[in-house]
Amino acid sequence: MARPDSAFSLSWLPAPPDNVRAIVRALKGSAAFDAKAFRGLALTDLDVNQLESVSRALSVFEGESEKSGLAPFKLAIAASHTMEMASKTLPATALRHALHLKVHCASYGQAAQQLLEQGSDLARARPDAVLLAFDRHSLGLDRARLDNLQAETAIEEALGVIASLVAACHRNVGAPAIVQTLVPPQESLFGSFDASIAGSVRAMTIEFNAKLARRLRDGPDAVFDVAHLAAIVGLQQWQAPRLWYDAKIPFAVEAIALYNDHLCRILAALRGLARKCLVLDLDNTLWGGVIGDDGLEGIRIGQGCGTGEAFLAIQAMALELRQRGILLAVSSKNDEPNARLPFYHHAEMLLRETHFSVFQANWDDKASNLVTIARTLNIGTEALVFLDDNPAEREQVRQSLPEVAVPEVGDNPSEYVRTLMQAGYFEALAFAEEDRRRADMYGANLERSAFRQQAGDLAEYLRSLEMVCTIVPFDDAGRSRIAQLINKSNQFNLTTRRRTEAEVQAIACDPGKLALQIRLADRFGDNGMICIVIFDRLGDLWHCDTWLMSCRVLGRRVEEAVLAHVAKIARAAGVGRLTGEYIPSAKNALVRDHFAKLGFVLINALPDGTTHWELELAHYTSPDLPIKVAAAMPAHG
Amino acid sequence: MERDEISAIIGEIMCDVFDLEELKYDDALSADDIEEWDSLSHIRFIVSIEKRFGLVFSSAEIEHLQNVGEMVDAVKQKLSK
Repeated sequence: MARPDSAFSLSWLPAPPDNVRAIVRALKGSAAFDAKAFRGLALTDLDVNQLESVSRALSVFEGESEKSGLAPFKLAIAASHTMEMASKTLPATALRHALHLKVHCASYGQAAQQLLEQGSDLARARPDAVLLAFDRHSLGLDRARLDNLQAETAIEEALGVIASLVAACHRNVGAPAIVQTLVPPQESLFGSFDASIAGSVRAMTIEFNAKLARRLRDGPDAVFDVAHLAAIVGLQQWQAPRLWYDAKIPFAVEAIALYNDHLCRILAALRGLARKCLVLDLDNTLWGGVIGDDGLEGIRIGQGCGTGEAFLAIQAMALELRQRGILLAVSSKNDEPNARLPFYHHAEMLLRETHFSVFQANWDDKASNLVTIARTLNIGTEALVFLDDNPAEREQVRQSLPEVAVPEVGDNPSEYVRTLMQAGYFEALAFAEEDRRRADMYGANLERSAFRQQAGDLAEYLRSLEMVCTIVPFDDAGRSRIAQLINKSNQFNLTTRRRTEAEVQAIACDPGKLALQIRLADRFGDNGMICIVIFDRLGDLWHCDTWLMSCRVLGRRVEEAVLAHVAKIARAAGVGRLTGEYIPSAKNALVRDHFAKLGFVLINALPDGTTHWELELAHYTSPDLPIKVAAAMPAHG
Repeated sequence: MERDEISAIIGEIMCDVFDLEELKYDDALSADDIEEWDSLSHIRFIVSIEKRFGLVFSSAEIEHLQNVGEMVDAVKQKLSK
């Protein structure tokens, strides 16, 4: 329904094929679930009718889509208005974000009761998150309060309602909340003076939103900034009074596709699926012109001409992304010395070589280069975003690596920043110290790997790293990063059990558990917190509930150091056996033999691939390791 | 625009909105005849028509429509204004 250039379009996505209806019919009719074709369709700018039709087709393959590498997600929606339009179209949008989504909608008018009541349908649905979609009418902020004190009270009461519902999500449902901001009205009561009247609906809405965002910032919950989304579209287009009066639908039907996409970004981020690295082409992407043809003097970059400033803005954006923890890489078809020239010798360039974690300038195809970049950084290709002005390169990458995000940036560099950033690939739920330092840490990682090539002998190399492993029990300072690791780690994760921050805190206080956070530093820098283990203390045996590690430190023998430490504590507590289990997921084949490598014995293998393992501590001796361990004993030890 | 032309376009829109493989268009068709035609898809239907023909209805203009034929008439009337 939306025109490509309309305010409602998802301009970073290619247009859908002409025959969507026929494709959906074929997909629905086929015997097996064709995940690739479904996903390919979802990766285009489908309108609300098409999203509903794809969602309906998806429901035919209910059981099968879970096995197709999509991350399952159950979303409950508690809303003060009609949300069926979203809930019936969300599964198709979610597919775009690699999620297999099930939606449970609290019945109309029952949202608050369902949350506050223990054992309600909503609680029994055991959702992974609850969307709280309350509009300003339902929160008493739809009428002006021309008395400052009354205005303040109204805002605090509205925040109080939300706070009690968020608390109910935690207590009764055991899930984090996603809370929507309120969309301000288009109409003013006084005109511009509304901004100066504390009790104008506009001022109260803005104040409510600011306080909401501040109060939820450090907890496990997320803010869904619908007010900003409405501003992007424009209030004039966003608001649809007839739909509100006729059907209590809160915004224009055409906005559904955008609304869904913004919501699914948050769900994907909760599942650790946000992108991690921006890969940039050079010629006509970071500067105007072709360095190999035009030379240093011929390329356009920097102040003084519109084109040069547009490219400068792209560099500034990349730099800002790097500062918040997104890695940068280059993939360019160029002779390497040419490609590097502007970074050394062009005074107007904002980006320098040191900002890039990988620099690939060669004549190989872009898809192969992207695979190399991902491998070098130890991340999956699904964590990459690829920005290239050349439509042929974009198409080649989309076809060979559909999991890589490739924004359809068009041919006007003035639009690149807007298109890339509106796509929301790097959605974040928190900003931690680790994020601030990530790009630098990866920089050090590359020095390590270059160093490794020189070092030759692996044992020699590991010794030369002068590693120090710090192992301490869970504490308040580490909680946010612990939760982040638990919810993001996919590959080196034995059981893939996700936990909210509240659950992490409960584990930290539980004397029945041994919960450890592990950091690793070496001569090149601090890798930060890279590993989490949780054991259940079950009398004379301790069972491993969770063992996960950042792939950044694979092959460094950290696992062995951790086991040696756990074994030491266990023995001191008179424990005879450690047990563990491996639960296969779409992504954790890497650790199928984790326990075997550590000397555990297989005691049980289930048909679904789950395996159980056991280690008699009497038979265990800790190996000689190239890692120094600095440990604090747990309080309950 | 001729009435036939309008009903042909609305028939197409119905296939998209109600997810139909094929449709034998008839002026007498109503929500009773099409399973997927409920209050919610009805709203998508109205909005899709508004977009396609570049017009906007008031609640009063659409709340009493009994079948597709009346919708076609409503569009024709709006377009001729």
